[in-house]
Amino acid sequence: MTGHRAVDQTAAHMAEAIREGRATSYEITEAHLDRIDAIDGTVKAFLHVDREGALATAREVDEAIARGEKLGPLAGVPIAVKDVVVTKGMPTTAASKILEGWIPPYDATIVERIKAAKMPILGKTNMDEFAMGSSTEYSAFGATLNPWDTGRIPGGSGGGSAAAVAAKMAPLAIGTDTGGSIRQPGAVTGTFGAKPTYGSNSRYGLIAFSSSLDTPGPVARNALDAALLHEVISGYDPRDSTAIDAPVPPVVAAAKAGATGDLSGLKLGVVKEFAEGADAAEAGVIAAYEAGVEQLVKLGAEIREVSCPSFSYALPTYYLIAPSEASSNLARYDGVRYGLRAGDDGKHSLEEVMSLTREAGFGPEVKRRIILGTYALSAGYVDAFYGKAQLVRTLIKQDFEKAFEQVDAIISPTTPFIAFKFGERTGDPYQMYLADLYTIPTNLYGGPGVSVPVGLSEGMPVGLQVMGPVMGDDITYRVAAALESTQDTLLADTAPEIEGN
Amino acid sequence: MTKLNDYDKAVETYEPVLGLETHIELDTNTKMFCGCSTTFGAEPNTQTCPVCLALPGALPVANKAAIEATIKIGLALNCHIAEWTRFARKNYFYPDMPKNFQTSQYEEPLCENGYVDVVVEGKEYRIEIERVHLEEDTGKTLHVGGATGRIHGATESLVDYNRAGIPLVEIVTRPVPGTGALAPEVARAYTAELRDIVRSLGVSDVRMEQGSLRCDVNLSLNLPGAEWGTRTETKNVNSLRSVERAVRYEVRRQSALLDAGERIFQETRHFQETTGETRAGRSKEEATDYRYFPEPDLAVMEPSREWVEQLRSELPEPPRKRRERLQAEWSLGDKEMQSVVNADAIELIDATVAAGTTPSGAVKWWLGELSRRANESGEELAALAITPAQVAQLQGMVDDGRLNDKLARQVIDGVIAGEGDPADVAAKRGLEVVSDTGALETAVEEAIAANPAVADKIRGGTHAAAGVLIGAVMKATKGQADAGTVRQIILDKLS
Repeated sequence: MTGHRAVDQTAAHMAEAIREGRATSYEITEAHLDRIDAIDGTVKAFLHVDREGALATAREVDEAIARGEKLGPLAGVPIAVKDVVVTKGMPTTAASKILEGWIPPYDATIVERIKAAKMPILGKTNMDEFAMGSSTEYSAFGATLNPWDTGRIPGGSGGGSAAAVAAKMAPLAIGTDTGGSIRQPGAVTGTFGAKPTYGSNSRYGLIAFSSSLDTPGPVARNALDAALLHEVISGYDPRDSTAIDAPVPPVVAAAKAGATGDLSGLKLGVVKEFAEGADAAEAGVIAAYEAGVEQLVKLGAEIREVSCPSFSYALPTYYLIAPSEASSNLARYDGVRYGLRAGDDGKHSLEEVMSLTREAGFGPEVKRRIILGTYALSAGYVDAFYGKAQLVRTLIKQDFEKAFEQVDAIISPTTPFIAFKFGERTGDPYQMYLADLYTIPTNLYGGPGVSVPVGLSEGMPVGLQVMGPVMGDDITYRVAAALESTQDTLLADTAPEIEGN
Repeated sequence: MTKLNDYDKAVETYEPVLGLETHIELDTNTKMFCGCSTTFGAEPNTQTCPVCLALPGALPVANKAAIEATIKIGLALNCHIAEWTRFARKNYFYPDMPKNFQTSQYEEPLCENGYVDVVVEGKEYRIEIERVHLEEDTGKTLHVGGATGRIHGATESLVDYNRAGIPLVEIVTRPVPGTGALAPEVARAYTAELRDIVRSLGVSDVRMEQGSLRCDVNLSLNLPGAEWGTRTETKNVNSLRSVERAVRYEVRRQSALLDAGERIFQETRHFQETTGETRAGRSKEEATDYRYFPEPDLAVMEPSREWVEQLRSELPEPPRKRRERLQAEWSLGDKEMQSVVNADAIELIDATVAAGTTPSGAVKWWLGELSRRANESGEELAALAITPAQVAQLQGMVDDGRLNDKLARQVIDGVIAGEGDPADVAAKRGLEVVSDTGALETAVEEAIAANPAVADKIRGGTHAAAGVLIGAVMKATKGQADAGTVRQIILDKLS
């Protein structure tokens, strides 16, 4: 429920209050840490909390402000970081037993930028192991619970970041999105999640799942907060060879422009093939989404149908490319240099130790994807599977490019269903994979996509996705912020209060 | 016991087909995908970082200097430089490879379709280059506790990742048929030529003994007119001489198997430096499926034509042209030049001449005394512990009459034993020619007094008898007299 506690404010308000001396970073950071202490035993969003580190940064900010120093736009605002992003001196596990106890000797580029922006890091958030999953049920350290209904999943893989923000244990969080891992948790927890253009946010220090798809991005409770964080972490990084060397799209300005509620002249595409496959989506989700579309039309947007025939193949394409890359990316976890080592008892050979380590260290979904990917790349199969998937990926890109000749942005539901109950989809991987039906095409294309809360179905949040052209992140924020302007209250402020631990 | 055929008989029956894969470590300042130093011989694991240790989250960035060096090699080997090229991952598990995949190139190498011409026994052979690509080296594993230093029986395996990620260029030839009995010599000549070309570019020190140039020798045999046979790949061939020996050995081994009606397995074998044999590796390696796919962490490379042409225009004089020029400058005949090439002495002689001695003097030492010593000890000529500058100094002392050839050979002993430069050795060992005529005259007088009959013969006009007295004087001066001077003194005194 909305209130007037420190944790109920938006990040933008917190930053302003700190800058203007109406609040200290210390009290705001401490309020979040206290809330974590109070409710995270229930929600289980965090794998690691760094109270001392966060408060030390907060103190630095307060001292700097007292000295009259000019700090960045989010200085002093605390943040949670998904545990797939490496943090120097702070445990980083990717929610896997194979990395349990590993302390990174370096910071990811985006963490360096967060630190340079003087944002206290509260801790590391839970996720599906190596970001493979849509529910956090594949975390080696137990699932995170959805603050809206603790019997339900918070989405995944970034369920921890989304739940932390939804439950106001953090105003902002970092997520990573390979097939929907920022947007789908955002949708099912009533929070805002943005997957930026691939290459616009550095992957250096992001533990790789699928290199050609992984994108770090912001998690927040509204578009403006997300945009502020987006501009902190975004921008060219020479340490990432796939980084785009171009100016960051003006997402903060776009979020502010969108908040005026004027979308006149804007053309929004709806994908014909998504509509035709609408039976994949729950009726309540479609209803909430369509109500949102009506709002956008009222704001002056023109809706046009676009055809993206290759989108029907997006899911199988993704489940060939992502596991193929993952099978190779995860080969380094062998117990030789860091992390878990099993069977090192003098009785086993080096090869056996590597094999036993991987057997003991990886969970079932990770193993499933390594096997899938290894198979898809094997001699005799690589052309039919990995090779063909790359061809389809090109077609999907072309579908997007053609669509963006006709429209400024494309909208869809973020995910076909509301947060499901624990255990509901773990028995059938395909049912789990369907959660990313609408988010995956954007990853294969490389463009930006945001999920903004649009309403409720069965009392659970529903998200609307806005997809933009490559480096057109600003348009997605503008549309999302406009939709927010039609809502009296942020959806996140209407979540039921969590019972304490 | 492996059965071996007589080599000459083997090549009468079978036709060998060669193939050579060469790995060259580039001497860039930093590694292929990170900023770590590449200096050889540092303390284990001191030249590492998150990238070359494959820590979670670390990403590679390609080294532009390495790409440039590879393009230069490609151009010097008459290759086409790709307009569009990318890295690929070669997936296999091995503890000295931190990522458990090697970042290499697969279907889109940086350079393709080149050639190298080599001359062996007056005949020119064109070795076609299939591809030149860029990849990264692995670390080094040390197995301790076992009797042999091999993984079998070891109690611990220690890995040094300093070498992991050093840029490596792989140069692959197309199959080379038609070399007949000269296959070993052609293989050697190609390797030497390749080494000289790369050295001339200044992109690697190409030292086989340090592993900065490593050879894999592929060989198959077939009956005349028949299809090519199954090839073996021999690794660990670490000198020019070993290249020759490995080919020779495989010809002898494979022909014996074929004669016995057995089949050749496509396998990886390892050259044994001490015995000159090749030994089968672990059979597991044969079945490896590397699951190559394009490296998604690295951007595609599109070398601009301007850059390529710029590099082409900067290529140094090709070694073969240089040889022709030096042959003329040194006034050597074809046969003599061939001996220089065979002895791998061009650089040494050139450097000796540059240090201030005559070409004939430089050639004399390197092809004569020093080659003899290298052969005796089974070393490469360049590995002898004497430098071109020292040889130049030695010959200078001979030219000045301070040393004769016999003394010079003793000076070489001292230089190789590490006693210093020729001048130091001559001084320390007291080896200079006695030019003090007073001392020589005394020695001659003593010799005449000791051999009155011989002296009479000379007085009687039999000058040839002087040899006996010369010998006595040389003995008395421990060889340090100049024989011509001694003869003159004797004749002056007895005529």
